[in-house]
Amino acid sequence: MSETVRTIRFTLNGETRTAQIEPHWNLVDLLTRLDLFGARESCAQGLCGCCTVIVDGTAVSGCLHLAAFADGATLSTIEDSHGLDAVQQAFIDTGALQCGFCTPGFILMTRQLLAAHPDPDDDTIRHYLAGNLCRCGAYAEIIEAVKLAAKRPKA
Amino acid sequence: MNKIMRHGQVGRSAPRLEAREKATGRAEYVHNLRLPGMLYGKIFRSTIPHGRIRSIDVSAAAAHPGVYRVITAADVAKVVPNPYYGPAFHDQPILAIDKVHHVGEPVAVVLATDPHVAEEAAALIVAQYDELPAVYDEVEAMTSKAVVHDVLKPAGTFPDLKHLQGKTDTNVALDFHLRRGDVAKAFAEADHVFEHTFRTKAVLHLPLEPFVSVAETTGSGLTIHTASQSPSFVRIEIARLLGWPENRVRVKVPYLGGGFGAKLYIKLEALVAALALIVNRPVKIALTMEEQFFTLTKHASTFRIKSAVSKDGKITGRECEVWWNGGAYADIGPRITQKSGFTAPGPYDIDNVTIDSYSLYTNLTPAGALRGFGIPQLVWAYESHADMIARALKLDPLAFRRKNILREGNAQATGTIMRDAAIEAVLEQVSARMDWEKPFARSSGSVKRGRGIAIGFKASISPTTSVAIVNVAADGSATLYCSTVDMGQGSDTANAQIVAEVLSIEAEAVRIVHPDTDVTPYDMATLGSRSLYHMGNAVRLAAQDAKAKLADLAREVGVPEGSNIPIAELFVKKYKMQAGNIIGTASYIPSYVPPEAETGQTPNATPFWMVGGAGAEVEVDTETGHVRVTRLVNVGDVGTLINPRIVATQLSGAAVMQYGFTMQEQIETDGGQITNASFADYKIPSILDIPPMESEAVDAEQHDGPFGAKGVGESGTFAVSPAIANAIDDAVGVRISELPITPEAVYRAIRARNGDPLEDA
Repeated sequence: MSETVRTIRFTLNGETRTAQIEPHWNLVDLLTRLDLFGARESCAQGLCGCCTVIVDGTAVSGCLHLAAFADGATLSTIEDSHGLDAVQQAFIDTGALQCGFCTPGFILMTRQLLAAHPDPDDDTIRHYLAGNLCRCGAYAEIIEAVKLAAKRPKA
Repeated sequence: MNKIMRHGQVGRSAPRLEAREKATGRAEYVHNLRLPGMLYGKIFRSTIPHGRIRSIDVSAAAAHPGVYRVITAADVAKVVPNPYYGPAFHDQPILAIDKVHHVGEPVAVVLATDPHVAEEAAALIVAQYDELPAVYDEVEAMTSKAVVHDVLKPAGTFPDLKHLQGKTDTNVALDFHLRRGDVAKAFAEADHVFEHTFRTKAVLHLPLEPFVSVAETTGSGLTIHTASQSPSFVRIEIARLLGWPENRVRVKVPYLGGGFGAKLYIKLEALVAALALIVNRPVKIALTMEEQFFTLTKHASTFRIKSAVSKDGKITGRECEVWWNGGAYADIGPRITQKSGFTAPGPYDIDNVTIDSYSLYTNLTPAGALRGFGIPQLVWAYESHADMIARALKLDPLAFRRKNILREGNAQATGTIMRDAAIEAVLEQVSARMDWEKPFARSSGSVKRGRGIAIGFKASISPTTSVAIVNVAADGSATLYCSTVDMGQGSDTANAQIVAEVLSIEAEAVRIVHPDTDVTPYDMATLGSRSLYHMGNAVRLAAQDAKAKLADLAREVGVPEGSNIPIAELFVKKYKMQAGNIIGTASYIPSYVPPEAETGQTPNATPFWMVGGAGAEVEVDTETGHVRVTRLVNVGDVGTLINPRIVATQLSGAAVMQYGFTMQEQIETDGGQITNASFADYKIPSILDIPPMESEAVDAEQHDGPFGAKGVGESGTFAVSPAIANAIDDAVGVRISELPITPEAVYRAIRARNGDPLEDA
């Protein structure tokens, strides 16, 4: 173990955790070592949204957010749920996913979108989700999913 | 044979079987895989486009703290004496030997338990090269003094490549020729002759899960976990490289985070296999987004198309010359050159045709299949050309196409009679959705409106084989074993619906075993929209085989015909407890006749045709060259719909991808160096970029497809680009002949048309 290792404490999906981290680790490095794979490093530039993690209630790009900053923070990932919430169910019902690699990021951003805009129009949805990319091109279904989730009672 | 009674499983929009796993972030990808003792590999890559390797100094990297070992071609040679792979040519070395042929070619690998350490150490490797002349343009490569490979080495799989064995001083990796009728006479007698040249730039697949493979040695051989669209090919090719029987190589593929044709044949698999054998530990290599730019692209292309046309707008002859920029390694380019090349005249009934289609080596990233297998490049040219002819002859673009399209029963350029190709229906449905016959509102200000249509078609590659196994357990539950890879297209769900339809059970109750070559039988690959037809037929036949064996079992245990006794009770009657299986199996290979070498003629070029049409409405800002697509209509002939929702998503997803290739994506290069290898500089479409779209399938049936179905994944790409270019011409009277259609290109064209061309910067 190198001398640069330090210990951080944080809340992860409702549980108090500690981890030994290297200073260059990002959140995806940290989470994958904790066997959470829903946040995925893809573009590594904070441009695709695949690595989205909720830190203290705000969505961040896990590939750009140093693990060291998680010390004392509350983290929530796509794995932070039992059963499906209204957003996940809406993505399933509308077929708003294909390969599924970007899906956790879209779902986490959609939750944040609906918290800020409970009844969003197309334009609001498109601007809010512009930082998430879907190479399979399921954008039309994703807009449909967001609207369906908005209509449904929150889980 | 498909007109059996339906049980409602085929034709319903069942949610994807794996939707819940994907929506909860728990779906299995190779990306997630870690094995005990696993090392991470980081590739050191060539910095020059073409040159002889003078030296590779790995000493600093090897001495870097935490590095396990540094590997070069010399180490690979000890476990793989002849380490050249590829589906068409054995031209690609596992690590560069003596020469590098493109920027980004793998030269060495650093292994470490920490991927960050491997990355840091890879930057310490120093290679020195003697640079050689390089060639980048596909047309120049035909005659260039710079020759990419010293000698050509066809793989031996494809008969039409055998004549290239041992050839030197050439960059041509396949020349395909088709001759039909008397073209010279057609041109001599033509009222009008039109000739245009169209180009496309290299673009990329960029699945959000970049290439990733893991290999581990086992008691019996090797296991490779890989994000691959072709597990059976990987097994056969790795076994060939090692001189092993197939059964010592196990290839496992979970879900893919996108594929689009990138993850075919061998990508990282031979490298991780060699590394695992060298160090006898599991090895994982996961590429970055940037490294995808050095791995595989879609062919840049040049297409010269020339048509003889009568006064009344009938095409009487056509010459097609297509040059495909294959990059430094052939990959599947030679098959694209032929299999798509023979559709180059378009979906038109033309008596006199010549096609010359060339696959070229250049000193760029290798090119391969990308959602359309070359078809979008061809449709871009022939549908732009079609509109230019119609405009010149003052004919309506729809009327011109109606006059010329291939109809059911016509002979295509190969001589194959068209069957189950809804070209006319797709064209009519596009024009109906576009309200083509109604007047179109244009604007008078600086923003001009226009509209355009286009239609393309594709032949499924042939001959290819799929094998499936349906296992009915003693409780009556069914499991499908097949090597089709679900990379997002929904094949698991479609195949489950086919099994369920035959066995009269719920699709959701069918379990799919993902590709594992120790367990799932052979499949050629998941590519070219072939799976639903080929594997779908194998799955249907395997399920029917299981059903017949269940009927045998019922007879054997004395159950009267037509009884609806639960399957579980049949097993209990025979085995006296919950025990036993029924195994249904089938293989499917459609008939095919290879083309004649000189003329390209064949009575049976393909098992089925795919058709895609598009209509676009645009607004062009004449002061900036910006184009806003205000409406994009996509119509496909996909046979009957196994799952209507997934079909719609496939059609629109394909159109979104092609929209990116049309309006915004291109690999920028400077002296063979890629200058925009990141999402910051290479922009794929976001949710903000896409136009309002309508996507639908025509009412059609593929007579020998499973329940009348055929491939879906590519049809939405075919016609998007020329529909938009045709709409731009309609709006502002300028013709863009090269993809992508950038605002700069449009603005330059407008200025040029106005007699006030921009000076080059």
